[in-house]
Amino acid sequence: MSSHDENGIPHTTPRQSATFTSDVNSDIRRAAATGIYDIRGGGAKRKVPNFDDLLFMGASISRYPLEGYREKCETSVTIGGLHASNPIELDIPITIAGMSFGALSGPAKEALGRGASAAGTSTTTGDGGMTPEERGHSSKLVYQYLPSRYGMNPDDLRKADAIEIVVGQGAKPGGGGMLLGQKISDRVAEMRNLPKGIDQRSACRHPDWTGPDDLEIKILELREITGWRVPIYVKVAGARPYYDVTLAVKAGADAVVLDGMQGGTAATQDVFIEHVGQPTLAIIRPAVQALQDLGMHRKVQLILSGGIRSGADVAKAMALGADAVAIGSAALIALGDNDPKWETEYNKLGTTAGAYDDWHEGKDPAGITTQDPELMKRFDPIEGGRRLRNYLKVMTLEAQTIARACGKNHMHNLEPEDLVALTMEAAAMARVPLSGTDWWPGKPGTGY
Amino acid sequence: MQTFDLEALGLRKLNSTLHEQIEDTNQTAWEVINPKGSHAIAVGLDSPIEVTIKGSTGYYCGGMNQKATIKVVGSAGPGTAENMMSGKVIIEGDASQYAGATGHGGLLVIKGNASSRCGISMKGINIVVHGNIGHMSAFMAQSGNLVVCGDAGDALGDSCYEARLFVRGSVKSLGADCEEKEMRPEHIQILKELLAEAESDAKPEEFKRYGSARNLYNFDVDNAAAY
Repeated sequence: MSSHDENGIPHTTPRQSATFTSDVNSDIRRAAATGIYDIRGGGAKRKVPNFDDLLFMGASISRYPLEGYREKCETSVTIGGLHASNPIELDIPITIAGMSFGALSGPAKEALGRGASAAGTSTTTGDGGMTPEERGHSSKLVYQYLPSRYGMNPDDLRKADAIEIVVGQGAKPGGGGMLLGQKISDRVAEMRNLPKGIDQRSACRHPDWTGPDDLEIKILELREITGWRVPIYVKVAGARPYYDVTLAVKAGADAVVLDGMQGGTAATQDVFIEHVGQPTLAIIRPAVQALQDLGMHRKVQLILSGGIRSGADVAKAMALGADAVAIGSAALIALGDNDPKWETEYNKLGTTAGAYDDWHEGKDPAGITTQDPELMKRFDPIEGGRRLRNYLKVMTLEAQTIARACGKNHMHNLEPEDLVALTMEAAAMARVPLSGTDWWPGKPGTGY
Repeated sequence: MQTFDLEALGLRKLNSTLHEQIEDTNQTAWEVINPKGSHAIAVGLDSPIEVTIKGSTGYYCGGMNQKATIKVVGSAGPGTAENMMSGKVIIEGDASQYAGATGHGGLLVIKGNASSRCGISMKGINIVVHGNIGHMSAFMAQSGNLVVCGDAGDALGDSCYEARLFVRGSVKSLGADCEEKEMRPEHIQILKELLAEAESDAKPEEFKRYGSARNLYNFDVDNAAAY
């Protein structure tokens, strides 16, 4: 490129727009070429305030630490003791979030069950019903009760260790789901009672109840069907956490699952994922506040999900008041999703390892988010289960390491006072002091 | 006949007692008195017993029923026979909204009228309504048969899949991707059997059939206005 024109006048430096970035322009070109919005899997990819913006202070003279590897730091958690005669007892406070058979292959669901069971925690069904693979390999299985009711039946309901009424999902608060035709194999079609190969829509709200008063009656019905034995969770997206948690508890939930916008989905519109919902960091304190205002904190358990990746995230979520966390995307990565060993094949699909999110197309090189028999053969559920178990164990050890450093002999003893924030935004959302100060935006009594 | 006083003994006792009835129980006939609009009456039953409820019921009466025959001598609140798998639920009076929602099997008979969203997301259940049905009925209905001896409200069969919708009277409007379909001999036969089982004297030949035009089964930008 020449630096001057034919008259010797210098060109200005070519300048890319901060508004029309190359990403934006490619989105526009794709829309113009196809006439359909971009559908993808996963959660929000935009940068939002998150747990990386928080730090633990650790012990000092005022608080003494516990000896690593020597002094105990408990990780167990009981979920659903308020109303259920058989609450869920977990060894670790990290659960596996709901992911459907259909979105995932049968062997992938089996691996989730194997890994979770080996680590002493629960896994969760998804939109599409309960498969024998996951029931058989999950020592504790949470059965999702979704708007679509695909595969819902009383026999499976009574086989479940807990029921999770799904009201919303962090990736798409207020949205339903869509499983595109290419993933509708004979088995998926049969379980959902729909023709093979068609786009299967999942409704955005329940067909037989609306609002908190109805939800209370729906919970009563499910308890009566299951003899009041198993806990009933209510899963809500990070939309209006204070009010949603309040209403879920009022309706009689044993536990509330709260899912932030970094939480993944099998498939929905990119515009939905990136522009609807709130960051996980922003929703936890209002939710805990709701429980505290009702006198139900630690009685109704709060399970936080949406972008949990490490033991540090687990510890931070629990310090802010969660009783446990749930992981979905991270569990898939542990199984082998987006592994660089498939880079050549990701390139053929126009993407790269780490960025692959067209899970709805069923072409997953790792054989996890697919129903293609040939691709599924690449995934070994026993090996996948072992990898997930390892990952869950590492996360737990990391969380314990932090908790001990803060002088806690149980993960639940972590508290907001153990944390500081690195940014004003994170301080305001987490309601912990900005590092080096005793202040956060909105702190009561400060006038800000 | 076993008589159960719901007001005196409570809901938990009723459902647990009915759940205890096994396949070959001798106590096959039950009468529930004083229901007084209670919710979740006779839900999750799983044996071929007959339960007659003497009065009106609240939400979800007969929910997730399997094998049992449940008769309501009165009217039923929202979501009656929701997600029924098999068996039979008969409502002598009217039914509120969401009757037979997501049902997988069995027969729901409503001898009066049904409110809105009757048969929403139905997945194999058969529903016969002697009277009229409200708006948005059979929304996203997947399979099974909805038979309406009276009239249907607005947006019948919106976004339905393979369910068959039979209406004897008028249809105020059809929902997205729902159209009138040809009545073939096999449909007359289906109607004949369902009407007989539902104790209706309507003639199969008097009905029109509606179902999915199948234009929205796979996304097409040219149909964007219908989404």
